[in-house]
Amino acid sequence: MTLRALVQLAWREGRASRRRLLLLVAAIATGTAALVAINSFTANLRTAVSAEARGLLGADLALASRSPPTEALRTLADSLACAGAIPCGDRATVTTFSAMGYIPTRTGVRLVRVTAVEGVWPFFGSITTTPAGTWPRLQAERVALVDPAFLTALGASLGDTLALGDLRLPIVGTVDHVPGDVGITTAFGPRVFIPGALVPETGLLGFGARAQYDTYLRLPTGTVVEAIADSLRPRLRPDRVRVRTVQDEQRNLGNALERMGRFLGLVALVALLLGGLGVASAVHVMIRQKMETIAVLRCLGGSSRQVFALFLIQAAGIGLLGSTVGAAIGLAVQQALPRVLGEFLPVTVTPTVSWPALATGLCLGVWTAVAFALIPLLGIRKISPLATLRRPYEAEARPSRDRWTIIATLALMLSVVLMAMVQAGDPLRGAAFAAGIGVALAGLWFSAFALVWGLRKSFPHRLAYVWRQGLANLYRPANQTVSVVLSLGFGTFLLATLLLVQHNLLRSLRVDGGSRRPNLILFDIQPDQAAGVDSLLHARALLPTPAVPLVPMRIQSVGGRTVQDYSRDTTEVDGRPAGWALRREYRSTYRDSVVGSERVVAGSWWGPGTDSAGAPVSISVEVGLAEELGVSIGDQITWDVQGVPIASRVTSLREVDWARFETNFFVVFRPGALEAAPQTLVTLVRVDSASERGVIQRAIVEQFANISALDLSTVQRALDDIFGKVGAAIRFMAFFTLAAGLVVLLGSLATSRAQRLRETVLLKTLGASRAQVTRVAVAEYLALGTLAALTGLVLALGSGWALARWLFETKFALPGASMLLLATGVVTLTVGVGLWSSVDLFRRTPLDALRNE
Amino acid sequence: MLRCENLTQSYRSGTGTLTVLQDISFAVEAGEFLAIVGPSGSGKTTLLGLLAGLDRPAAGEVWLDGVGLSRLDEDQRAALRGAKVGFVFQAYQLIPTLTALENVQVPLELRGESDPSRARALLERVGLGDRTGHYPAQLSGGEQQRVALARAFSTRPKILFADEPTGNLDQRTGAGIIELMTDLNREAGTTLVLVTHDPDLAGRARRILRLADGRLESDTTT
Repeated sequence: MTLRALVQLAWREGRASRRRLLLLVAAIATGTAALVAINSFTANLRTAVSAEARGLLGADLALASRSPPTEALRTLADSLACAGAIPCGDRATVTTFSAMGYIPTRTGVRLVRVTAVEGVWPFFGSITTTPAGTWPRLQAERVALVDPAFLTALGASLGDTLALGDLRLPIVGTVDHVPGDVGITTAFGPRVFIPGALVPETGLLGFGARAQYDTYLRLPTGTVVEAIADSLRPRLRPDRVRVRTVQDEQRNLGNALERMGRFLGLVALVALLLGGLGVASAVHVMIRQKMETIAVLRCLGGSSRQVFALFLIQAAGIGLLGSTVGAAIGLAVQQALPRVLGEFLPVTVTPTVSWPALATGLCLGVWTAVAFALIPLLGIRKISPLATLRRPYEAEARPSRDRWTIIATLALMLSVVLMAMVQAGDPLRGAAFAAGIGVALAGLWFSAFALVWGLRKSFPHRLAYVWRQGLANLYRPANQTVSVVLSLGFGTFLLATLLLVQHNLLRSLRVDGGSRRPNLILFDIQPDQAAGVDSLLHARALLPTPAVPLVPMRIQSVGGRTVQDYSRDTTEVDGRPAGWALRREYRSTYRDSVVGSERVVAGSWWGPGTDSAGAPVSISVEVGLAEELGVSIGDQITWDVQGVPIASRVTSLREVDWARFETNFFVVFRPGALEAAPQTLVTLVRVDSASERGVIQRAIVEQFANISALDLSTVQRALDDIFGKVGAAIRFMAFFTLAAGLVVLLGSLATSRAQRLRETVLLKTLGASRAQVTRVAVAEYLALGTLAALTGLVLALGSGWALARWLFETKFALPGASMLLLATGVVTLTVGVGLWSSVDLFRRTPLDALRNE
Repeated sequence: MLRCENLTQSYRSGTGTLTVLQDISFAVEAGEFLAIVGPSGSGKTTLLGLLAGLDRPAAGEVWLDGVGLSRLDEDQRAALRGAKVGFVFQAYQLIPTLTALENVQVPLELRGESDPSRARALLERVGLGDRTGHYPAQLSGGEQQRVALARAFSTRPKILFADEPTGNLDQRTGAGIIELMTDLNREAGTTLVLVTHDPDLAGRARRILRLADGRLESDTTT
């Protein structure tokens, strides 16, 4: 028999069960659609990132530091920009810091991120403003541009005057897009753009203020940027100047986006695998129902190999058709993805077809259909031509355990692991993901199996008849209880896990939680302002927490070796202090007691009083930092506090709950050593009403321009907003999985249709009313849906708990209501889809029972 | 007991209307044993379906125990069947997921009677008292048909419709089933309407309706 003839026969054989085949096509299509959409979109992102790469940085090279550029750095920058070339390159300086911004004629105030630009920046990419073309005015005029969110928050409009410290500037435009900027970050603090030369006039960058200074360079054409960056890094590291290039930017951003794409891709892969599961189970049942066809084909002289090939061709056909349809849908969905994910994207993505993604989707779709169909199809070889004469009633085509079945099973498992590895882009993560899927599927399978087994063993004979009949259907011959529970349960499992993770993450970040906890943080208070702030708050009957001093400092030496020593020594040795921990600026405090958000885990806390004169001061270090620095109890650290060296000795280690928005510290000093050091103060206060919080912030900012106020409820809203949007993006993909589950359900209903029809009609013939027949069906789907939903939820609880415990390290909490809602939703969907697909069964006249058979 | 007048049934097919039954009228008295015979495609099963209210006729009317079927909706007809009609099919039509006893109980359960004693007694009567817990797949064809007979009589129907009840069985088993069916029929005083193309089987009936091409060809009483 030629291949052509086989294909033709496969087509003829398949066309009779078109409805069923269509559903299989849909099962494969759903997963392929998700996969093609996300992979094609990720490819678009990659293209967009490299296309806009220079715009992401806005320059060839950036030198970033926490202190104003020194004269030496300016000279260096100028020499780099020129490098003897004509024309010279360009240099621009951008200073970024937080401040309170407000409109003098209006109420309210917002914590803003000030971006002060000096020079013609960006060199590459363009900034979009309203009105268009306003950006260059920053270079010549005394004007400000702001994020639209700032205007919205304060109810201001263009032309209003912006107040930043002592500076007053007219707002002449809004900045709608900055290359490389992620939209969602404005949720934390809208940006305000001012001319760099006016920063001193604000009076805000005094002692203790934090700012970032970026010197941007455009290098003469032909310069090898990376080579320059590499040579600059070791030179500038001691001065704590970071060198960034377009390639760095692109790599970091590319990696982040790649991770997002890969994660969503894995979710899509699950949808495809569920489709494969549906195919496997449908093929399994189909073979049993086609036993006679197969036996007839064998009688007519077909070899078991030919018959096997015939059905394998059908499976491949389903796979090809399914993945083609899926790819088309995927490309359509891809158009929607920029809208779902847009706020997280620093680049503008134009959806275009990614041919590799398309090809991968098609291949994976076909392969999934074939690989999953293979194992049940192998059973065909066991069907003897004798079955034409005598159909064995218990036609249980037992899965045989011969060599080929084992090979096929291994091939299937291996291909799933491989697909996960490819999609995850990392073998280990892929394998872990495949293992996770395996565990979840095993759990679901076990639960379905236990149900069927339990029903068989001890059937609830006392139940009303319709219930018994419905439950009995779960283990009728050719039932698909297992595949339906697997697919629906898996969809539920994924969605529930996502909900749990989201809930627990948000809960651990609940900053305004508790009605007594402070919700307004005032920081950068100068010591001479403390009394004024205190009386301002007391005048409004508010009770601030005692002000906490903040002393900025850096590490001079650890265990006798200076930071410079460490950075010259490039040998990698375990236990060597981490670079960032050595170089960063610390804001430490001094106090004599332990606070609620920390716990001493090693050594002991000091008693009242001070260390004896001349001895190193006792300090308590956060556990994680101690690890990074490689220090333990008794070790010495010398600090550089504004040029004054202060020797200290570690006397205790603390565990700190950073998720609590309180004044937490890496390093706490025993009182006695830092009182005289330059410092700022932080105070927290509880203000119940939102409007009063606004009034107080405004009053403080008008009286003490340099003091910043952080309204935790604003932060909370921003966090909620971000998590909501991340959640929505992930759920968008997870819904494909649930959709795949429903398609499998529909497919299994179509597969068992003939039998359902016979039973329904028989019951009617025996006197059952339509309502009774419906109730039998409801009972069945209710049991199926409930089992799937509950098992999915239980598994999700397990994984959610594990993720909370080990990945996010928070206490696990159960969002009962949303879990219940999800479970109810899944059950309702199952019953709804089940009934909907049975409507025409119920309508059939009972006469059909007499015909046929 | 059962009466039909000018019964006509036709189906719309691709090319036109296919008339399967044309203008059939007859009446059956209570307790009568009627056989409907005819070659394949003569409309026997269609007629049976109409008589039992399983389908609606294109024209004409059926009265079952005095009730005109065309005035009833589907659920009312189902209720009527549950109360007064028993069925035996060629392919037994047992529910594979239920045991023999549960299968016999189905019509009773549908009426809300859950006491298994009658079903048990009936299974005893058909000689399957020791197989009540078996599933259809564990029973032979003859045993399955006996379960179906027990089911048919479980509701004490006034009329029993049997469609080729021995069609799937060997001769001896088939004869046993017919024996049992006529016995039960006699004991319960049930009216029996039997569709068959087996002349021997039809010969046991007191009255034979002969169908050909959808028309009533003859109506003979022996």
